[in-house]
Amino acid sequence: MSLQRNSTILLCRMLTFFIFLVNQAQVEETLKRIEASKGVIGTILVNAEGIPIRTTLDNSTTVQYAELLCQLSMLARTTVRDIDPQNDLTFLRIRSKKHEIMVALENNYLLIVIQNPCE
Amino acid sequence: MEIVHVYTKDREEFGRQCLLSDRPAELLLDVLPDQNLASNFIQRSHRDQAVQAGRQVSEHQVNTERFESDSCGINHVEGGWPKDINPLDMEQTIRFRKKAEKDESYLTSIPQLGSVAEYCGRQNNAVDIYQEPFDGWEEVEESPEPPSAKTINIFRDPNEVKRTVTGLSWHPDGGRKLAAAYSCLDFQKASRDMSLDSYIWDVENPNRPELTLKPASPLVCLDYNPKDPHTLVGGSYNGQIVYWDTRRGSQPVELSSVEHSHRDPVYKIIWLQSKTGTDAFSASTDGQVLWWDVRRLSEPTERLVLDPTREGNLDRALGAISLEFEATMPTKFMVGTEQGLVVSCNRKAKTPTEKIVCTYDGHHGPVYALQRNPFFPKNFLTVGDWTARIWSEDIKESSIMCTKYQMSYLTDACWSPVRPSVFFTLKMDGMLDVWDILFKQSDPTLSLKVCDRALYSLRVQDNGRLVACGSQQGETTLLEICSELSTLQKNEKSLLAAMFERETKREKILEARQREIRLKERSRSEQSREEEIGREDGEDDPDQLIARAERDFFNQVEAELKRRERREEEALREKDVCEEKEVKDEEEAGRNEAS
Repeated sequence: MSLQRNSTILLCRMLTFFIFLVNQAQVEETLKRIEASKGVIGTILVNAEGIPIRTTLDNSTTVQYAELLCQLSMLARTTVRDIDPQNDLTFLRIRSKKHEIMVALENNYLLIVIQNPCE
Repeated sequence: MEIVHVYTKDREEFGRQCLLSDRPAELLLDVLPDQNLASNFIQRSHRDQAVQAGRQVSEHQVNTERFESDSCGINHVEGGWPKDINPLDMEQTIRFRKKAEKDESYLTSIPQLGSVAEYCGRQNNAVDIYQEPFDGWEEVEESPEPPSAKTINIFRDPNEVKRTVTGLSWHPDGGRKLAAAYSCLDFQKASRDMSLDSYIWDVENPNRPELTLKPASPLVCLDYNPKDPHTLVGGSYNGQIVYWDTRRGSQPVELSSVEHSHRDPVYKIIWLQSKTGTDAFSASTDGQVLWWDVRRLSEPTERLVLDPTREGNLDRALGAISLEFEATMPTKFMVGTEQGLVVSCNRKAKTPTEKIVCTYDGHHGPVYALQRNPFFPKNFLTVGDWTARIWSEDIKESSIMCTKYQMSYLTDACWSPVRPSVFFTLKMDGMLDVWDILFKQSDPTLSLKVCDRALYSLRVQDNGRLVACGSQQGETTLLEICSELSTLQKNEKSLLAAMFERETKREKILEARQREIRLKERSRSEQSREEEIGREDGEDDPDQLIARAERDFFNQVEAELKRRERREEEALREKDVCEEKEVKDEEEAGRNEAS
């Protein structure tokens, strides 16, 4: 009986490990796909604390973008929730003369993509 | 006067019930105004008296002090890292990042985030929502708005004692900077505490000049080197040429030596086209045009004396007040003089006598501005006295086009670099006139009052939209011209070419006619002189005269007689012919009857 329990525990652990690996691969693939998209200048992934986890731009630019966009998206989020508390911000787009900054929000994570829309 | 109403009631009726009834109003008394009394009074004029139960308020205007703004950037420093991790340590940060990547919520959120972001990214690539759909189409000719210009900025001389802006030059790369030369041109009016500085202004910042240039004597003119935007050359009031490099600061890099420079203020200095890009030439009212190499300002490389008799005599030289040089024609240049003549010169001539090619005489006063049309280099614009004139190089006697005499003196002019038919002129009453000769030739298309004082110098930026004008009080006003006057219209070049040709032809015809008339006059005067000579010989002998008179008389009589004889003969011959004809007709008639 203990053997059975041990084996099931081992099996569960292995399963979670495999799922974890698969998920990791998926994440990598997603991010790589976005970074290689047409017109994308840079991608930054920011965690809940505002620390950039993954980036394709240089350090100073990354830090600047992360900090500014965190603040802006927090402000946008509170705006949306003030109007309707059941609502939540999912996506923020800033179109400027030179390019477009897109911020996707999920679970306190921020995915920032800077794209140059081709005309 | 008392108004009395009498009411009577019989005693026996006292105590009876009151019976009230209505009756119409009765006029008891009508007091009319007495005109005699009116003379004691004076009619009071109307007065508006507003009555309102409101609080007393007063209106007061306040002008805020000009505040100086400064823009500077802030550099973000990293933050947000947990306390135990040193953000500068690469290893720790990498380790932290790797750990964060293994977080579960990370793994679940990223694919979702990714898909949303990708969707939007692809959307952007598919359709450009901010696209201008009618961009490529030609603009339809709407009713043209009246031309206008707007003042963008005013750069004021920061010193207490205001000096005139005598020279302006735009930065060659995009025109974000403007160099202005300040000096006082009034004879001996420059006070001792007048500052000697000239400034380079940044177009966006009118509060403070970007760079101060400190020459030894006030600058009268300035020019940026079109090849090297960091270098400037300026001509100063005492005749010296000064060379600056803006990277090296406010002090001039080099000064020309006083002995070899001009003896009068240098009124114009222009950079030349050369391989080394270091040649410039300057003109001054002492009658000389000097060529300089800025690497060695101790001595001019060449000298030309503007002597119209081509002898190089400095005493008879004309004072030069403006220079003209066009990069597309590097061997020719033109000088405008104080005497109203424009001298056209050839740089490559071997002897000094050949250097001065020809002169154009047009103005009554100094030629303050001289410029070739950038699109039609054969035609140039001059400004002096109260008119602006357009000349063609071929016609030397007079200008092909001339504006009418203006109300005040014209001080500067230049062509628009974008539109060949537009030029700008400045007047001493502070007006800027924009002329479009294809639209109207008798009046300026747009007349603007820039300031109350006289305007002295004008420069158009290379894009044709911004115009800088400098005034006597040291203010440089930056104006933006409306787009109609600064964009090339269709057919403009061909229309203008046709106009110039037509005017040139007209002048040529007029010139030819003048020449003809002159020739006729001359030949007539020669003839009359010959006759006089002839007559003088005959008069010496009166007998011969009488004999000649008799001979003439008899000849005439004979000729008349002969003519009469001939006429009679002809008449007889005609009669014979008529008779013959009649006879012939009768014969024919007879013959016809016979047959």
